[in-house]
Amino acid sequence: MAVSARRGRSALEIVLLTVLAVVMLFPVLWMIETSLKENRDVYAVPAKFLDFKITLDHYRDVFVSSGGGRSTLSTSFLNSVIVAGVSTVLATVLGVPAAWAYSRFALKAKKDQLFFILSTRFMPPVVVVIPIFLMYRQVGLIDSALGLILIYTAFNVPFTIWMMKGFVDEVPAEYEDAAMLDGYTRLQAFRKFTLPLLVPGIAATAVFALIFSWNEFVFAIFLTSSDDVRTAPPAIAGLIGGTTVDWGLVAASSVVFALPVLVFAYLVRKHLVAGVTLGAVRR
Amino acid sequence: MGTVTAHGLSKSFGKVQALDGVTLDVPDGSFFVVLGPSGAGKTTTLRAIAGLEKLDAGSVHLDGRDATGDTPAARDLAMVFQSYALYPRRTAYENIASPLRARRCSPGEIAAAVERVSSLLHIDRLLQRRPAQLSGGEMQRVALARALVRSPRAFLMDEPLTNLDLKLRVEMRTELTRIHRSLGATFVYVTNDQVEALSMADQVAILKEGRVQQVGTPTEVYERPANQWVASFVGSPPISLLACRAEGDRLVGAEGWSLPRPRWTTAEDGRSLLLGVRAEDLSVEQRGAASLPGELYGLEPLGDRTVVDVRVGTEILKVKARPTVTGTPGERLVVSVDLDRAHLFDAGTGLSLAAAGR
Ligand SMILES: Nc1ncnc2c1ncn2[C@@H]1O[C@H](COP(=O)(O)OP(=O)(O)O)[C@@H](O)[C@H]1O
Ligand SMILES: [Mg+2]
Repeated sequence: MAVSARRGRSALEIVLLTVLAVVMLFPVLWMIETSLKENRDVYAVPAKFLDFKITLDHYRDVFVSSGGGRSTLSTSFLNSVIVAGVSTVLATVLGVPAAWAYSRFALKAKKDQLFFILSTRFMPPVVVVIPIFLMYRQVGLIDSALGLILIYTAFNVPFTIWMMKGFVDEVPAEYEDAAMLDGYTRLQAFRKFTLPLLVPGIAATAVFALIFSWNEFVFAIFLTSSDDVRTAPPAIAGLIGGTTVDWGLVAASSVVFALPVLVFAYLVRKHLVAGVTLGAVRR
Repeated sequence: MGTVTAHGLSKSFGKVQALDGVTLDVPDGSFFVVLGPSGAGKTTTLRAIAGLEKLDAGSVHLDGRDATGDTPAARDLAMVFQSYALYPRRTAYENIASPLRARRCSPGEIAAAVERVSSLLHIDRLLQRRPAQLSGGEMQRVALARALVRSPRAFLMDEPLTNLDLKLRVEMRTELTRIHRSLGATFVYVTNDQVEALSMADQVAILKEGRVQQVGTPTEVYERPANQWVASFVGSPPISLLACRAEGDRLVGAEGWSLPRPRWTTAEDGRSLLLGVRAEDLSVEQRGAASLPGELYGLEPLGDRTVVDVRVGTEILKVKARPTVTGTPGERLVVSVDLDRAHLFDAGTGLSLAAAGR
């Protein structure tokens, strides 16, 4: 992208990019507009693009229930934060040391092990959700935050191991060797000398894991049912389907749902780029 | 105390046999050089001694005590890595202080020790810089300082001078020798540079393809190479090797020449041999009893001397001559051979026929 910007763009490129931008961004724009319109403007024909009165009522409704007090949607958002946050932390805590071990140690059938770990990601969630559902029912994890945290962690650990192994491979093992000769143990050498160099990679990996857990829909809708436990994706989906649909509320909650991911990705964008190119380009 | 004994070290990486029964006996306080070409297993040997490499077989004894299973930290050794392995996020000071911090020395002790070693190596001014802000020579000094800041049992150095330019390398050679003498500590020093090995070592072990070829003082490996490979690897210009066989009291060359048979050879008649003669034991200026006819092939003036390449049949002899020597290629000349200083190797095994005898 940077290259084409430097040599200037042809007219064709500009036209294509504009078309692409409109196609990609229009639904987003429409969602934001709808979230800010009063209900009668939402249904107005012909649709109003610019000349509508802005209201924040829908955003209030996302967080506050009609009778006052917390809305069920806000509970769902809180659940999403907890489930996505905890599962990402767990996946990172388990996956980073595993990636280090796979990178540094000679293990029997290492390639086969790594392939097996990756293969757990080949299954789309819809395929495994029924057996998981049955197992969860046996052990009492149905409709619990813990159940979702465990399944998301299980999905994110393989991803973390694979991503992080690439980053660990990039850090020369000799720093740890030198540290061990200095008098540190193997684990101290990892913690004090290699781990700090992995921070950008960990940030990039954690963001991806976080986004996966935050957006996950299939497990969430099958494995949870009560409003206390539901995460945001099934809760927002649940808004659509009654006799009347409050599109303003749907749009507002979707904006609120999308915002954290955008903000987070924006904050760590440098690490994301560093992380992705570190793994892919060098060597 | 600081003796290092490695016995029968073997290590393979997949199909590559990096070490194949390497045995080294490093006496206390010696400057022990492990010399070999790239890929010979020098780094693997050092890493095995340091405890960084899990061995297939063999043992490492430090100060007479079996340390084969010990962690690197417990072995009390210091190592300078070929790549320096300076911690990138830390300043030179923190890098040098690291071994002391790991061993929980007091801040006062650490500051004093870092100051002592950095003035020894003339890096006082660089202490606040990070490795990325240091030149190759400076990084190498910091890496040395990180090792020298402690008094370990022994220092392991993996080609510490290889990445330096020639002038700095020669300077550092002298400086390292001086440091070794003043510390009186045991150095195990790895290099692929035979000049470095000969000029610095008390003892040299020559390694090829994971096997020790010969151990001895620099004079011994130069004057009495155990085999043809050691003879060719040590010395510059390389030793000249001529195919021949013993016949009665003569050595008859495959190229038709004939020389008196040296008194010390024990080879039976007809055995295929290689006659090895170093450039300084050949001359184009004197005529002796033992001489070979050839023709001038080329001249390599090196300032203080000129190496004359002489073609004898299809073989080239390297002859050391005065810098004033002149000639035109193709010109006929006679090379005299100092047979008392020549070597004979079995053409099949490469082993020296006189290794034990002289
Ligand atoms: N970690 C490793 N994995 C695979 N092969 C290795 C490894 N370390 C060394 N080797 C191989 O072992 C042999 C000896 O290597 P090394 O000890 O580094 O040689 P030197 O230091 O003398 O150049 C080489 O053929 C090298 O390719
Ligand atoms: Mg090496």
